Amino acid sequence: MMDGDTVSVIDSETRQIIEDFVVDYAHMVDDDRLEEWPDYFTETCTYRIINRKNHALGRSVGVMECSSRGMLKDRIKALREANVYEPHSYRHLLSGIRIRDRHDNIYRVETSFAVIRTMQEGEMSVFASGKYIDDIDVTGRVPKFKSRIVVCDSVRVHTLIVIPL
Amino acid sequence: MVELKPREFVWPQEGYSRIPYGVYTDPGVYQEEQQKVFRGPVWNFVGLEQEIPNVGDFRTIYIGETPVIVVRDDAGNVRVMVNRCAHRGNLVCVKTDGHAKELTCVYHNWRYDLQGRLINVAFGKGVDGKGGMPEDFEPRKFGLQNLKTHTHAGLIFASFSDNPVAFQAFLGGEMLENMERVVGREMVLLGTYTQYMPNNWKLYMENVRDSYHASILHMFQATFRMNRLSMKGGIKLSDNGWHHISYSIAETDREERQYNSKTLLSVKDGYLLSDPRLVDMWQEFDCGTTLAIQSTFPNFVVQQIYNSIALRLCVPRGPEECELMWWILGSADDTKEQREARVRQSNLVGPGGLISMEDGVVGGWVQRGSKQDHEKTTILEMGGRDVAPSADGRTTEVSIRGFWKGFRDLMEI
Repeated sequence: MMDGDTVSVIDSETRQIIEDFVVDYAHMVDDDRLEEWPDYFTETCTYRIINRKNHALGRSVGVMECSSRGMLKDRIKALREANVYEPHSYRHLLSGIRIRDRHDNIYRVETSFAVIRTMQEGEMSVFASGKYIDDIDVTGRVPKFKSRIVVCDSVRVHTLIVIPL
Repeated sequence: MVELKPREFVWPQEGYSRIPYGVYTDPGVYQEEQQKVFRGPVWNFVGLEQEIPNVGDFRTIYIGETPVIVVRDDAGNVRVMVNRCAHRGNLVCVKTDGHAKELTCVYHNWRYDLQGRLINVAFGKGVDGKGGMPEDFEPRKFGLQNLKTHTHAGLIFASFSDNPVAFQAFLGGEMLENMERVVGREMVLLGTYTQYMPNNWKLYMENVRDSYHASILHMFQATFRMNRLSMKGGIKLSDNGWHHISYSIAETDREERQYNSKTLLSVKDGYLLSDPRLVDMWQEFDCGTTLAIQSTFPNFVVQQIYNSIALRLCVPRGPEECELMWWILGSADDTKEQREARVRQSNLVGPGGLISMEDGVVGGWVQRGSKQDHEKTTILEMGGRDVAPSADGRTTEVSIRGFWKGFRDLMEI
């Protein structure tokens, strides 16, 4: 497959399920329904936030790394009960969703994103932009991320990252 | 030297136990510390030898706010040079890293060899016999500014000082020993990122040395019942007080379970983690050290938190901003399981660190809380008022006072 190609023969129903799933995820985060976050993933999974430079070099460590639904739950529990930070929210802007590949029931999907962060006193900034590289399992009634790699354009994170992208 | 505006504060009589807030905001102090601290008789961390393995490999970084090039020259030696063309002051290397046969300024094509010597000036002879540099222009006088350079345990340091204290004497035996212990072996770079913070760089460096706040601000371990109060711990200071190590040794753990240095220890008892693999760890060091945070004056950190090994450099970006550069490391000898454990433990540190993320905001809160009160001060009396290393225990602010000793020694205030 040439770079830039997308998988052409996908039934429109599956395509719609995948697109809805990716969009639902963004609303879930932006609406602060983070207790639902782990349910978007398979039991064994990969969730990684890494910058594009390190991702391109094949490095394994970014700023967030979860390899099970349990680790995702622990992240949310820490965010709610342990970590100290100034209240803020995200707004995800998604675009350019495309399905790149398919192996059985798992689809490789890429989506561009920008996330605007709004602080409690009103300060707004472009907190992150980049690309989701997803492996989405559509076997069950509800799709799940087998893997979601959040590849951020910038090497820099401003202050801290506690809410997942 | 630049004429500095008068300081807006006087150092309090109480000495190291009082820090005037003006020192975190005053532009005059900021400018002065660029000269007296970062360009003073100190050794600044500028990168890892493994980042420039081959002749011609370079990376760019900052000493204070001064951009520098770290390059491996034709003889295979590491050189650190100011990243500024002798001609018009342009950046010679614009990329953060790369490979070059020679260093060429893109503005007017002045070319330097990897030693920093000026080897050619574009149109130096003019065009058709017209223009060009004067006959008596001597390129050898206009090389890139080379800094004193020293490598230790794979880490590269540089000094602006023509006559710096020898590197070993600058750090002292205990500091060198800890560096060698943590990274003095073949290391693998697992990841790099930076963290931008809305606070003066010194607030971050104080935070690093502040062992008092650790179990109070950072609630992750307490929330998940990971407190290890039985650990033996303490503070080590260099003889002059400028550098510090805060450490703990898991003695009781060794009694509870037989550690095997090659196998992971899954410590699930009493933990409330859904996936306790997050804190799977192994005893990496024979001494039993489970945590060691080392800072060397002015702005470098060597970190061991369990098996999470990292380097941090806090780069000033103006009086009220700084950027923390992170290098996350593993060992070339890691087994697959150990590497996976290190990657999981990477969740504990950095801007998304379950333990440490608060360090990214608390400096900004202090900045906001104190910026209009230059002459008011902080209180640093926990564990005494001086810079004498204390006995065991980490409920002390002595290593913060040590930072201010270094600062005041160099700033002469």
